[in-house]
Amino acid sequence: MTLTASTPADERPPRTRRSGRRRPAPTVEPSRPLTSAQRMVRRIPLLPALVITIVVTQLPFLVTLWYSLQDWNLQRPDERGFVWLRNYTDAFTDSRFRDAALNTVTITAGAVIISMVLGLGCALLLDRKFFGRGVVRTMLISPFLIMPVAAALLWKYAMFNPTFGLLDALPGLDGIDWVSRFPKASIISTLVWQWTPFMMLITLAGLQSQPGDALEAAKVDGASAWQTFRWITFPHLRQYIELGLLLGSIYLVQTFDAIFSITRGGPGTATTNLPYYLYQSAFNQTEIGYAAALGVVTVVGTILVSTFALRVVSSLFTGSDVMAK
Amino acid sequence: MTAVTDTRTEGAVTEPPAPRRRPRRGNPLWGVLAWLVGGLFFFPVLWMAITGLRAESDAASSPPTVFAPPTLTQYREIFDRDLLPYLINSAFASVFSVLLTVLLAVPAAYALSLKPVEKWRDVLFFFISTKMLPVVAAIVPIYLTVKELGMLDNIWTLVVLYTAMNLPLAIWVMRSFFLEVPAELLEASALDGASLRVQLQHIVAPIVSPGIAATALICFIFSWNEFLFALNLTSTTAGTAPVFLVGFVSGEGLFLAKLCAAATLVSLPVLLAGWVAQNKLVRGLSMGAIK
Repeated sequence: MTLTASTPADERPPRTRRSGRRRPAPTVEPSRPLTSAQRMVRRIPLLPALVITIVVTQLPFLVTLWYSLQDWNLQRPDERGFVWLRNYTDAFTDSRFRDAALNTVTITAGAVIISMVLGLGCALLLDRKFFGRGVVRTMLISPFLIMPVAAALLWKYAMFNPTFGLLDALPGLDGIDWVSRFPKASIISTLVWQWTPFMMLITLAGLQSQPGDALEAAKVDGASAWQTFRWITFPHLRQYIELGLLLGSIYLVQTFDAIFSITRGGPGTATTNLPYYLYQSAFNQTEIGYAAALGVVTVVGTILVSTFALRVVSSLFTGSDVMAK
Repeated sequence: MTAVTDTRTEGAVTEPPAPRRRPRRGNPLWGVLAWLVGGLFFFPVLWMAITGLRAESDAASSPPTVFAPPTLTQYREIFDRDLLPYLINSAFASVFSVLLTVLLAVPAAYALSLKPVEKWRDVLFFFISTKMLPVVAAIVPIYLTVKELGMLDNIWTLVVLYTAMNLPLAIWVMRSFFLEVPAELLEASALDGASLRVQLQHIVAPIVSPGIAATALICFIFSWNEFLFALNLTSTTAGTAPVFLVGFVSGEGLFLAKLCAAATLVSLPVLLAGWVAQNKLVRGLSMGAIK
């Protein structure tokens, strides 16, 4: 089985629709001005999706903001009151919050970087021709398709468990309680196992869209395999790697399933990340106000990171669909 | 599969072989290594499936017994523990949210590509920016609102939330397919007096339909696997498969084989869908950025 050769958006051959017309307007249509009635008609197909997205994903954030200014515990509803920024000052003086923020960074960065390195390695292996390539590819993507909660429980009980886990059966490794001795590493390994296939798929698509003539030329010029990789493959692959890192971070910064299933944030707060800490505050301690403040801080942190990330996205799409049409 | 040779070289004895796109074949050891790595990554999945077919005592033995007589006891037991309603809930939430997502995303993607609204670029980035905000930050008001509306433990709550959760992704993926519709063809047919309906049916639909499949696949995977909302907003009536899995562990005695049987079963729909539609996976996962 062969893969369909994928072409990144910005390397597709230019289409007449885009390059052939000398108009500044970024539309497919000829740039005659639309009447206001036409503009309204055009909006209609968009509106339902836009409204649902705003109502279900954006309004709650505004409400979170409002809650975050209140002292509100569901168990003491009559003591609810407006406290301005006290929840925020509490958060920043709360060592558990700082630990959670730090753990979020460690777990996300660790899992994203390791799975990218492994995923790239797998992609390089799969980019060759060998017997049963399709089967190996299928095997490699499988971890990503396992339900995250199932994967986490599988690793916790069938792999890491000190009495009947598989690691226990390896010579010299028996009797180690992996999850309590190396809690962060256990979480990260489980995430890496699941996300390596994701990184592999993205980088493999990059490898297979390489222009053949450049590689051919390098060969003719007598470049070594490493030189070819370093100077031809890697620069081409860079945008794919960036895309993988970006998407991986967006998903992994929200890691909840693995932590809930494997460690419940423990031991102590060793694996409590922001999503899990917020969950505990809201649903175990029913501190609605404080949990909301944690949510706002998480969002601000994510916005800071994603403003940067969005810039990467725009540059990824530069010359393609979104930016240059 | 290895035996596939470049047919162009056959009979072209005097000429050097036509240049291949890229040097692919090399040391066969790389193939062996690929198999080893593939096996290593796949092994836990295989182990999960095998353990699910064992008796509890065999599954818990140390060191693990490699050849234990297979049994379906564990599958019978998990169904006795009422797995079925959870599976049905998962299927219901996933299928309906996928349908709704596609119904909403296709027109929206159309309005952001072929007949774009003004400021389509801002709208597009608005959608993707919602994906960057962590879901947990909204869970508190969502929980309280759902509670206020008396919709806790109701499967339709999950349908609505999953739809909203997947919409941005679905719009981006669908849009990348709409952009493949050749505009010249649309313009030519418009000049020939084709109605919008005819255009959509004969020019747009054939190109966009595979996009719907890719979008549905990726949305299905995310809805089926979703845990945070399901955990906090459902309990017994509307609980989904991942909720069943975590509730299951707190049980008594030996449970590894049963856990593995349940984990295999709940992972199977996504595993099969992903295996069958491998080549659609990349495009969906990359939000349409990679064709």
